[in-house]
Amino acid sequence: MSHQRTSTITGHEYPEFVKIVEVGPRDGLQNEKEIVPTGVKIQLIDMLSGTGLHVIEATSFVSSKWVPQMADHTEVLRGIQRAPHVQYPVLTPNLQGFQDAVAAGATEVAVFGSASETFSKKNINCSIDESMLRFEEVINTAKEQQIPVRGYVSCALGCPHEGHIEPSKVAEVAKKLYEMGCYEISLGDTIGVGTPGSMFKMLQCVMKEVPADALAVHCHDTYGQALPNILTALQMGVCVVDSAVAGLGGCPYAQGSSGNVSTEDVLYMLHGMGIETGVNLAKVVEAGDFICNALCRKTNSKVAKARGRTL
Amino acid sequence: MAAVIRLVNRSPLSSAMGQQYLALSSTAKVQAAGVRAGQALPEKVKIVEVGPRDGLQNEKTIVPTETKIHLIDMLSVSGLPVIEATSFVSPKWVPQMADQVEVMKGICRQPGVSYPVLTPNLKGFQAAVKAGASEVAIFGAASELFSKKNINCSVDESLQRFDEVMKAAKEAGVPVRGYVSCVLGCPYEGKVAPEKVAHVAKSLYSMGCYEISLGDTIGVGTPGSMSEMLEAVSREVPVNALAVHCHDTYGQALANILVALQMGISVVDSSVAGLGGCPYAQGASGNVATEDVVYMLHGLGIQTGVDLSKLMDAGAFICRSLNRKTNSKVSQATCKL
Repeated sequence: MSHQRTSTITGHEYPEFVKIVEVGPRDGLQNEKEIVPTGVKIQLIDMLSGTGLHVIEATSFVSSKWVPQMADHTEVLRGIQRAPHVQYPVLTPNLQGFQDAVAAGATEVAVFGSASETFSKKNINCSIDESMLRFEEVINTAKEQQIPVRGYVSCALGCPHEGHIEPSKVAEVAKKLYEMGCYEISLGDTIGVGTPGSMFKMLQCVMKEVPADALAVHCHDTYGQALPNILTALQMGVCVVDSAVAGLGGCPYAQGSSGNVSTEDVLYMLHGMGIETGVNLAKVVEAGDFICNALCRKTNSKVAKARGRTL
Repeated sequence: MAAVIRLVNRSPLSSAMGQQYLALSSTAKVQAAGVRAGQALPEKVKIVEVGPRDGLQNEKTIVPTETKIHLIDMLSVSGLPVIEATSFVSPKWVPQMADQVEVMKGICRQPGVSYPVLTPNLKGFQAAVKAGASEVAIFGAASELFSKKNINCSVDESLQRFDEVMKAAKEAGVPVRGYVSCVLGCPYEGKVAPEKVAHVAKSLYSMGCYEISLGDTIGVGTPGSMSEMLEAVSREVPVNALAVHCHDTYGQALANILVALQMGISVVDSSVAGLGGCPYAQGASGNVATEDVVYMLHGLGIQTGVDLSKLMDAGAFICRSLNRKTNSKVSQATCKL
């Protein structure tokens, strides 16, 4: 039954350096059921700040009515000890959120688009086009204040409501965000259904519209596919990867399933490939231990679980 | 790092001050040819299901014989071409496999499906054939310390033992599969030289094993070490006689399997529901889950012949019987697409 192969496969190219965007304190905690005390959030971010991570998504300036977990956004942003050379982007869904963020000291923000109309309507109560108008306001204001904006595209490899998402739609939304002024576009496999096959096709399409070095992948591990999907993205020239310490944050669409890929597992893979990240894995494991103790839950990171003996 | 992993300088975008950085960053052109994942991969992959043997062997509680038989029967109708049924080691060493004969005689063999069994020595081989085995497997190690601690002899001594099995198997017309454990690291020795793996793999192949399964026994491998090891081994053994047996202890299994496929491997070992913990890392996972492997392969357009939902049924059955949760993320996820 084995397929007969006659040609040798040469090694793929990989980036020498990959930037990790740590989303645990925001995307991770946002999906935790229990409200996490402000002090715990601040301590988590401070621990992460000492690991070598370059970007730590700190909080979200959405209405606390919608996301009670992030109600303490101002206290968090003001309470953290910012490390030099580390960025602390925050989510800002609209102009109001942006203004609050800046007033609280934010120096980088992020906006969240979707490649699925249904998801957009259910998640932020408006169509994709309407959301783009909102983001345009944010981005233009941010430009005036020289605040960089990162763009997210969710449902890049599938939608819990619509199912299959056309790569061309992902490319269209990514392009729009990029042309409006986002410096980087993070493509999110929101429900983790993607595989290296769909990741490849989607990136191939998006890269016709947005350069590879302005792209990031945000993979969920709901179906265990995150690391091979990230590997595929790296092979295609992407060199920015989003992940969450301890794999914080379940998948709200699949009961009991995992969500974000864990930073520890991503680092283990990258370092094993000789790719630099600047991040100290052991310190991330410590930060993961801290937050898991605080949340009384087990880590989702296999590396953290297996810590008995490493090479 | 060996030449198989090529790193290029693509300045990652600094997250300070926006788009001006885009213009400044240098970007190496992506080698489209090397990266056409869809074209570089095998059309078909043979899955070797090791749950009933490797998986159950690592479960603490003794599984009733009927449960083992029922599991194998469910797997037999899921489209899997190979199901490792049991092990003819001494029950003194592996009590879980003490019912080896009853299992072999009790299963309902599907036509077109192979049911290899482990045979560590001639005695085990003879008992296996008597019980109806028509394919066997032998287990070598790429690490001397692991060999001594696991089977109480050196690597060379183990190969000599296997020689007896090989001769008897040849005479009986019984195919033999060879396993090499610790190919990407050893719990005692740490790093294992790719050349050592190649040496053991070559020995087994030269002795007459039709296929060599390379096992990352403690799951420490990454796409980096996997590529390096496969590069060394494929110089000695044709790639279509190789398989990978990845453990997911550090979450690296699927990424490692993907890289192996890209290097020409088209046989993958896995275990339904990710059965079988890692005896070297308390509480850690072991075998990669067949469901998760099949999900990835099908997503890549690679044929396996396996019906994922029937496979998941078998996984659900064994987890209920063992009163434990599945290690398969695909099974855990209830999200419909």
